Amino acid sequence: MTTSTALLSVCDVTRRFGSLRAVDGLSFDIAEGEIVGLLGPNGSGKTTMMNLVSGALKPDAGTIRLAGSDIAGLPPNRIARQGIARTFQLVRVLPSMNCLDNVKAGLGFGAQPTWGATADSKAEGLLERVGMAHRRLTLGKDLTYMDQKRLELARALALQPRLLLLDEWLAGLNPSELVEAIELLRKVRGEGVTMVMVEHVMDAIRSLCDRCVIMNAGAKIAEGMPAEALAEPEVVRAYLGDDADA
Amino acid sequence: MTMNSRSTLLGAVLLLAGVVGLALLPGFVGGYGLSMAINFLMFAILATSWAMFSGPSGYVSLATVAFFGIGAYTVAVLGEQLPWGAVLLLAAGIAFVVALLVGLSTLRLRGVYFVIFSFGLAELIRQVVNWYESTQAGSVGRYVFLDITQEQIVWQLTAVLALLFIVGWLIERSRVGFALRMIGDDETVALHCGVNITLIKVLVFSLSAAFMALVGAIVAPRWTYLDPSIAFNPNISFQVLIMALLGGARRLYGPLLGVIPMVLLFEYLSSNFPHLFSILLGITFLAIVYMVPHGVAGLIDSYVQRYRERFPGRRVGKNQQKESAL
Ligand SMILES: Nc1ncnc2c1ncn2[C@@H]1O[C@H](COP(=O)(O)OP(=O)(O)O)[C@@H](O)[C@H]1O
Ligand SMILES: [Mg+2]
Repeated sequence: MTTSTALLSVCDVTRRFGSLRAVDGLSFDIAEGEIVGLLGPNGSGKTTMMNLVSGALKPDAGTIRLAGSDIAGLPPNRIARQGIARTFQLVRVLPSMNCLDNVKAGLGFGAQPTWGATADSKAEGLLERVGMAHRRLTLGKDLTYMDQKRLELARALALQPRLLLLDEWLAGLNPSELVEAIELLRKVRGEGVTMVMVEHVMDAIRSLCDRCVIMNAGAKIAEGMPAEALAEPEVVRAYLGDDADA
Repeated sequence: MTMNSRSTLLGAVLLLAGVVGLALLPGFVGGYGLSMAINFLMFAILATSWAMFSGPSGYVSLATVAFFGIGAYTVAVLGEQLPWGAVLLLAAGIAFVVALLVGLSTLRLRGVYFVIFSFGLAELIRQVVNWYESTQAGSVGRYVFLDITQEQIVWQLTAVLALLFIVGWLIERSRVGFALRMIGDDETVALHCGVNITLIKVLVFSLSAAFMALVGAIVAPRWTYLDPSIAFNPNISFQVLIMALLGGARRLYGPLLGVIPMVLLFEYLSSNFPHLFSILLGITFLAIVYMVPHGVAGLIDSYVQRYRERFPGRRVGKNQQKESAL
């Protein structure tokens, strides 16, 4: 993977919380069209890394480039407009707005904002895509957990992102929902969206990810094809005692 | 006709009827009636403009009287030197700029911190004016001798209220209004959807402040004598808050539903229990927050929502045709 073709290029990024280095000199590249799994035991800094890329947090050091331009430290709204969308580990929908409006929230302010009748029909289409057409007028706060997750994905896709960040989007789904959800993500990838996904669901990682970056204590300990990276001794050691996978 | 355009039409008809009614009112009522009409209109504008920002965003402001007072003082100081139209524009402009500066520095505060800060701001402005008037201008109070009748005040306030409804309606259906609702629901989500939340908040906050100042300017001639404790009376901020909450701050028409009963109630309380007024104000506030947290308009909305969910087939809206084709 050379830097010139990388869509996202993270270089020597560090973020501290007090004396804790939650992300410690981390570097990795994501190529256009790739799905990369960001893995690691709990507390290893995955969410912090996602927050740094999406602008929710500012790095203390290092650069983050999206298609060549430095986005490190920009506010989230500017980063969203440059084409990065995300979901949240603790799912966030707009509670007092109905599902249509929740999706329109993603349509109205991105790189190519749409509004009015066009946005209405696009929002309908996106709800359909995530299997929520029948919930269009239900308020965000009245949705089940699974539906909130679906809605969050629809809102992120509404931004027409070049890079989609999914923070444990599959967590908490039952086996049949999981199959469906993985299929949905595969479809999204087929449409040319590049993804970074933080996941503990190993089946999903094996079947979806082209590559994995594995973190421990804020640093990268392995990188490569999922099966190979997960088999590296340091990874096995980091996960030992962790119930993420046998 | 779709539901949206039908309710727009209904709103326009009601607005027009209200304007005509209020414009003709001075011909039918005496001095007391006019003074009540001025009270209604004044609080209707204050509560509606308060709700224009605070309703969707969830930022509860107690700075209403700061902008109201700025408007009144603009008249007290410049009323005799400039043409009336220029005085009004200036009042609105000053409040807009003050709100812009205040907003940029404080709209990062959330929840109760913003409430307290906005209250403190109004008190600070009052104290600064007090200090300036007593030490620099020579006396605490000012006289406002302007040739403006009660009728003219009613007409001006009616025009401002109509303008406010048009502006509020335009904002509500624009991306700015939508973004403000997103901010009220979840600022983090709004940010990550690409919304410049500071810009949106400060813009609408300042716009609402401009309307509050217009009210202060228009009603100032009624007082003849003005001092900071009148123009910056914190009770006004609380009264406006109570009215907007009772009516429902998340709808443009909501505050009006609260203004009508509350102006009558406050009129009764202040003439019968002048010394207990602040206490009774507090009790009213608690009662409303406890009993109708989302206001009368909120009650109406939740019935509509429940109805829609129970009878999804009967939805009347933009998508009706598409659905019947399916
Ligand atoms: N806002 C914060 N303030 C202080 N410490 C934090 C904050 N966010 C995360 N941390 C700490 O940083 C470390 C990495 O957290 P996180 O990125 O959430 O890990 P992961 O997502 O891999 O489970 C943890 O030790 C966590 O307690
Ligand atoms: Mg995490």
